[in-house]
Amino acid sequence: MSVTREEVAKIASLARIRMGEDALDRMVPELNNILDWVEQLSEVDTSGVEPMTAVISNSLRLRDDVVDAIPETAGGRREDVLANAPVAEHGFFGVPKVIE
Amino acid sequence: MTDLTELGIKAIREGVANGDFTAREVAEGFNAAVAAASELNAFIVATPDHALAAADAVDTKRAKGDDLGTMGGVPIGMKDLFATKGVQTTAASHILEGFEPQYESTVSQNLWDAGAGMLGKLNLDQFAMGSSNETSYFGNVVSPWRKSNGANTDMSPGGSSGGSAASVAARIVPAATGTDTGGSIRQPAAFAGITGIKPTYGRCSRWGVVAFASSLDQAGPMARSVEDCAIMLEAMAGFDPKDATSLKMEVPNWEAGLNADLKGKKIGIPKEYRMDGTDAEILESWEQGKEWLRDAGAEIVDISLPHTKYALPAYYIIAPAEASSNLARYDGVRYGLRDLPEGSGLQDMYAATRAAGFGDEVKRRVLIGTYVLSAGFYDAYYTQAQKIRTLVAQDFEKAWSQCDAILAPTTPTASFPLGSLSDDPLTMYLNDVFAVPASLAGLPAISVPAMLNSDGLPLGLQIIGKPFDEQGVLNAGLAMQQRANFDAQPEKWW
Repeated sequence: MSVTREEVAKIASLARIRMGEDALDRMVPELNNILDWVEQLSEVDTSGVEPMTAVISNSLRLRDDVVDAIPETAGGRREDVLANAPVAEHGFFGVPKVIE
Repeated sequence: MTDLTELGIKAIREGVANGDFTAREVAEGFNAAVAAASELNAFIVATPDHALAAADAVDTKRAKGDDLGTMGGVPIGMKDLFATKGVQTTAASHILEGFEPQYESTVSQNLWDAGAGMLGKLNLDQFAMGSSNETSYFGNVVSPWRKSNGANTDMSPGGSSGGSAASVAARIVPAATGTDTGGSIRQPAAFAGITGIKPTYGRCSRWGVVAFASSLDQAGPMARSVEDCAIMLEAMAGFDPKDATSLKMEVPNWEAGLNADLKGKKIGIPKEYRMDGTDAEILESWEQGKEWLRDAGAEIVDISLPHTKYALPAYYIIAPAEASSNLARYDGVRYGLRDLPEGSGLQDMYAATRAAGFGDEVKRRVLIGTYVLSAGFYDAYYTQAQKIRTLVAQDFEKAWSQCDAILAPTTPTASFPLGSLSDDPLTMYLNDVFAVPASLAGLPAISVPAMLNSDGLPLGLQIIGKPFDEQGVLNAGLAMQQRANFDAQPEKWW
């Protein structure tokens, strides 16, 4: 299976990566090389095989039903959360206007 | 006095505990070595004050007669994929340039709690995506090794933990953290003539490690010997409630359990790893490895891992798919770079930020991942790859009925010159062909230096073990280390 230039432009748009004409020119053959190579997976008979979900079997744990049980992931850390924001205003993340 | 930078973890720990030298002297020695090695470009930032403060704390404890910890007085390099509180953490990307975590990763905190200090944050392939350390926004890491023919060609340290491998090999750190998603500890360890182990998936917490492919990512140590790796892995590992896939198991005392007597052990040789085009000297080192293990008392048995050929292409669907999802968080809103073209809106900001902030290899993988997860292609690519991952894991499970561990080369070639493969992503990917199957199956695996090839470059051998059997992997590695007597060091040119 191969991808066209239009398809790559669509994928880039889905992935929210702006891509100019030059970048598309480079990316289309590179992606097709990789996709041609992974195509060999289709020759494997996988009927009756379950797709892997957990590589080492492990059960999902329940944590204690306690507010802020783990201090590092607890609430009340607004300043820490905002510390690296490119734009923080009034205790919130600042973004360009989204509603016209 | 001996040059302290010649010492590894165990020797430093014992020297500090015995009072042969102070932790501060060790930290000062390595800080100077780091500062003098800028040509390797192994560090993104040096943190000499962190190393000194940790050393002083250990020296104070010793004066008081307190326990110094299993890594007491050992300064290490930290791959710049681990969040370190107040110290820039970039994953070697532009999009995270300037990012200063407000918290410490579990693995790094465990190391500080064990008495280690930090010499700095080590360069890597961007978001750990690469096998040559040529995708970093902060420039290539240069291997300290050069070919013995006198040509001063810059060689690749491997990747993605290239800064870790280069700095351990150059003796500017006694040990470093690495992370392994599809070979990123073992392949650079092999290229640099050092030892590195990836533990069973879940042994080391992923909390605070910049995510690449979460079902594969595992941290591990890179050091100068199997013993040092055992000590450091013990300090890094442990259950962490903050990581949903963390193993709720006791951390064994791997250092105390080291035993190079392999009597009664069976070591499997997978026939599928003998691939066309594998370097003759690699095959020779593999034969040598069999001899060493036989000499240590092991029985060598032939085994088959029939789906080996499909592991790498399956990995190049699964890892990019997970990466495309994980890297969606870089949006120019919460942290990192923001590129807001004049008069543009939110969607344009996302796209501009990610275009400016991600390197080419990262974009390539995000696009592949987005494609294989997209409607209409998901089953053909992603589901099929996950089924093949099951088959790869089943191959190993069947092999464990015949053997206790597996011996294989770590890489199909020795290190290559920087720039020689960077135009050809696919050929670069093939460098991890022997490393990826163990990653897909979540198994512990070590790379131990075996010999120098005719170019004077190191070759590594890999031991892959059963789930949770790091001890068996370390022991077989130790048996090879004792027989390889690999003491070659790169000649200092930096």
